[in-house]
Amino acid sequence: MPDTDLARNELVARFAAHLGDGLLESHVEPDVDVWLRVSRESWREAAEFAKNGLGFAYFSFLSGIDWMPSPFGREMDSQIDIALGNDEASKIDQTIVQGIAGGETRFQAFARVNDIVNGLGITLKVDLPDDDLSVDSWVPVYPGANWHEREAWEMYGFSFNDHPGLRALYLPSDFEGHPLRKDYPLLARRMKPWPGIVDVEQMPGEDDNEDGASSE
Amino acid sequence: MSASLNILGELSYWQQTGIRVGAGLAAVLLIAGTLVYLHLFKLVSFMQSRLGPMEAGPFGSLQLLAEVGKFLQKEDIFPRKADRFVFAAAPFVVLMSTFLLVVVVPGGPDAWFIDTELGIYLAMAVSSVSVIGILMAGWGSASKYSMLGGLRATGQLIAYELPLILAVIGVVIQAGTMNMQGIVFAQAEGSIFGWGGIGNPYILTQGVAFLIFMVAMQAELTQAPFDMPIAESELVSGYMTEYSGMRFLLFFIGEFATAGVFSAIAAVLFLGGWSVPGIDPNDNIMNVLGPVVMLVKIVGLTFVVFWARFTFPRFREDQLQRLAWKVLIPLALANIVVTGILKVAF
Amino acid sequence: MERAVSDAALSNREQLSYIAAQAADARVNVELETEGMTLNIGPQHPATHGTLRIIAKLDGEQVVAVDPVMGYMHRGYEKLAEVRTYPQVTTLINRIDWVGSFANEVPFILTAERLMEVEAPPRAQWIRTILFEMSRIANITLFLGDMGLQVGAVTPAFFAFRDREHVLNLIESATGGRFHPNFDRIGGIKDDLPAGWITETRRVMKKMRKYCDEIEILVEGNEIFQARTRGIGVIPANIGLSYGLSGANIRGSGVDWDVRRDNPCGMVHNETDWKVWTHPDGDSFARFWVRLQETRESTRIIDQLLDNIPSGPIMAKVPRIIKVPAGEAYVETENPLGVMGYYVISKGELVPYRVKIRSASFNNISITPWLLKGVYVPDIITILASLYFILGDIDR
Repeated sequence: MPDTDLARNELVARFAAHLGDGLLESHVEPDVDVWLRVSRESWREAAEFAKNGLGFAYFSFLSGIDWMPSPFGREMDSQIDIALGNDEASKIDQTIVQGIAGGETRFQAFARVNDIVNGLGITLKVDLPDDDLSVDSWVPVYPGANWHEREAWEMYGFSFNDHPGLRALYLPSDFEGHPLRKDYPLLARRMKPWPGIVDVEQMPGEDDNEDGASSE
Repeated sequence: MSASLNILGELSYWQQTGIRVGAGLAAVLLIAGTLVYLHLFKLVSFMQSRLGPMEAGPFGSLQLLAEVGKFLQKEDIFPRKADRFVFAAAPFVVLMSTFLLVVVVPGGPDAWFIDTELGIYLAMAVSSVSVIGILMAGWGSASKYSMLGGLRATGQLIAYELPLILAVIGVVIQAGTMNMQGIVFAQAEGSIFGWGGIGNPYILTQGVAFLIFMVAMQAELTQAPFDMPIAESELVSGYMTEYSGMRFLLFFIGEFATAGVFSAIAAVLFLGGWSVPGIDPNDNIMNVLGPVVMLVKIVGLTFVVFWARFTFPRFREDQLQRLAWKVLIPLALANIVVTGILKVAF
Repeated sequence: MERAVSDAALSNREQLSYIAAQAADARVNVELETEGMTLNIGPQHPATHGTLRIIAKLDGEQVVAVDPVMGYMHRGYEKLAEVRTYPQVTTLINRIDWVGSFANEVPFILTAERLMEVEAPPRAQWIRTILFEMSRIANITLFLGDMGLQVGAVTPAFFAFRDREHVLNLIESATGGRFHPNFDRIGGIKDDLPAGWITETRRVMKKMRKYCDEIEILVEGNEIFQARTRGIGVIPANIGLSYGLSGANIRGSGVDWDVRRDNPCGMVHNETDWKVWTHPDGDSFARFWVRLQETRESTRIIDQLLDNIPSGPIMAKVPRIIKVPAGEAYVETENPLGVMGYYVISKGELVPYRVKIRSASFNNISITPWLLKGVYVPDIITILASLYFILGDIDR
């Protein structure tokens, strides 16, 4: 429908007009969704414009992405594969490739807000340089971002300026490390290695109709 | 006091006391047990479309014995910071007030524990002792939940004492005596506009006082809708949280025994006590039939109490207090005034 | 809360675990000062639906500040999803909201389908929608009985469980699992409906409507219940939106927003004639009322859907081993607890690269520090009950 396409393109245009250089990249998938990448300095300004200027009053979520592929591979290599050198982990391509709306750094914070009157939602992304994983907090604009930012802090190590109190949300306060980073190993797979793809005996009368990989 | 059951003739003081103590224990515990089984196990289960305990005894009738046995074998636990003496004494204080209450309830023309002119006055005075027990339990448990529960209970129980007492005054005015036997006889031998068919049960003339008494009784027993002190979804068990084993059993029995005894008092005050319309209250057969009649009336009244308990949500503390002070007390005072005027007029 | 310790000699292990528990309690980052009384509600508590700990700083019976502590059930789904193939992830996310569990799978499946540019055949979409609404009924009937329980009435909870059984039996006969159906597949659903299911469902929907009427009389019409819930925990609409409240919580504040109607993808609610219920008050009673009406509405939706199920295949053509093409997508649906969405980043492999789970209860409960200032202790329970969260949804 050309309708929503126009609406989303107009959103991008208004953002560009308001933020100027702050809007680094954008991507519109027609009739589906729109992504915007803004600079660190204009992160909060983008939020304010979205809420007050464009009517995006609904705060959906805020989290982070780590674009470095996991050095541990898919954690699906069986012992035999590792022994034979056939494991994925040794062949992992460690180049960092960002997703939609580009990016320049390993870490990105991303958030989503909705305009419920018109039924639109936008995803905002921001790059965080490796040496300074911090960005302005959204709490003065969307109070609901409080817990989301706490979770991003404990899971990724992002810090948010002007946050009323960054402390652990899920994890005990003496937890070390940031679990959702790709270089933080999944301890379950460290403890008990993946047994490999196991052949499950077919049920009587069943043919090869299942989708997806077999189970453990 | 030299009167005793005619059948046994002149017994020594200690033998009389022994019989009275035994009868008192039986009265309290049997009533509590019957109520627990009938109402807590079966009534609530049927209301909630389930069966309740069915295993111990036919239709689960021996479940309470099994529970008593279970509680007896539990470890005796004290919270670390609890005040030992206060913590241990609290259930006994609560239970003691129940036993003190039951002595004023008459079971027949000659089957009573004590026959005093103070009657209902003594009962009302003694029923307040349980408040101290609950406060001791809340304080002695050294736990914030219990403390909250104890404080809520104190406020609630003190607030609802007044409507309880004021409701009773109307009955006393109409009967002309505070003696419990006297009230029973006044109802049994009274007449409604000259027709003596069913005597003059005060529920007809003191209907408002009856309702106030029932509501206040519900609150005195800390039953829903007035169970803020226990408030299971908030305070776990309120002042009873830290109690387990035998001490908890004492609270538990005390709760049901008090419900029974208060209902007995309500039956005496409003329903004609142990008298049955049609049989002469002075007849000797009433000594045997009287307790049975009382039991039936107790079960009937507690049915209403527990029915309300398992149906209604609970009031918040301030709504509770507002109900007592702003609704029940003025109503009760108005009832006294009206009763007084009518008593003098007629 | 002080643990009761027996006076009998503690074994070494017991002593150590006791000390560790005390130390663990002390280690939690609490930002409240220690004046007034600090009451710890939870983590084990009859009121919180699971292990939620609420540290309430009280002044008498009034709350001065509230700090929810969660994470007792944090299972790390977002990390686990990065090492699971897409059908395996479905098994995981079933367990996020465990009372309305089919509904958890749907947004993830829809996201994967969007990335793969696959659309489920019409019959599958119909059945998906029917099961989706059925999980809503199963979830909300529990709430209706449970809200009465939190406020003090013990009986409605039993009625809730008794009548939920009918819906759970239906779900079980169709999917094989009462609580964790794991029935949705990328491209369709696993199996077709058993014989006689449609007639049975119609019967059960009638029963559920009767149950709703029962609850209306027993709980909603009760004066004490209304005295406990009217005017308690009022959430203004704009505050609710900025916190991200969703579902009946925001519709109870008068906001007319329902993802089923406004942004459906892959589900066929709009093929039927149905209504979005809102209530202007924004208090606990409004949220209860909205959910009651929604349950009835769900039964009507299911009835209409049953009239029109198309015949046909239940599974689109998808390869046996699912490799989702590279891309990012976000799909949200109106789950029983609120709006749930999955943001899936795929790099073209067997496993997703990043799955961000946007769960409804997380946002719903984030409003409690603001909402619970100045209320009485009993009202904490009422408000939490009316916000209706499931711990698995908060903690993921």
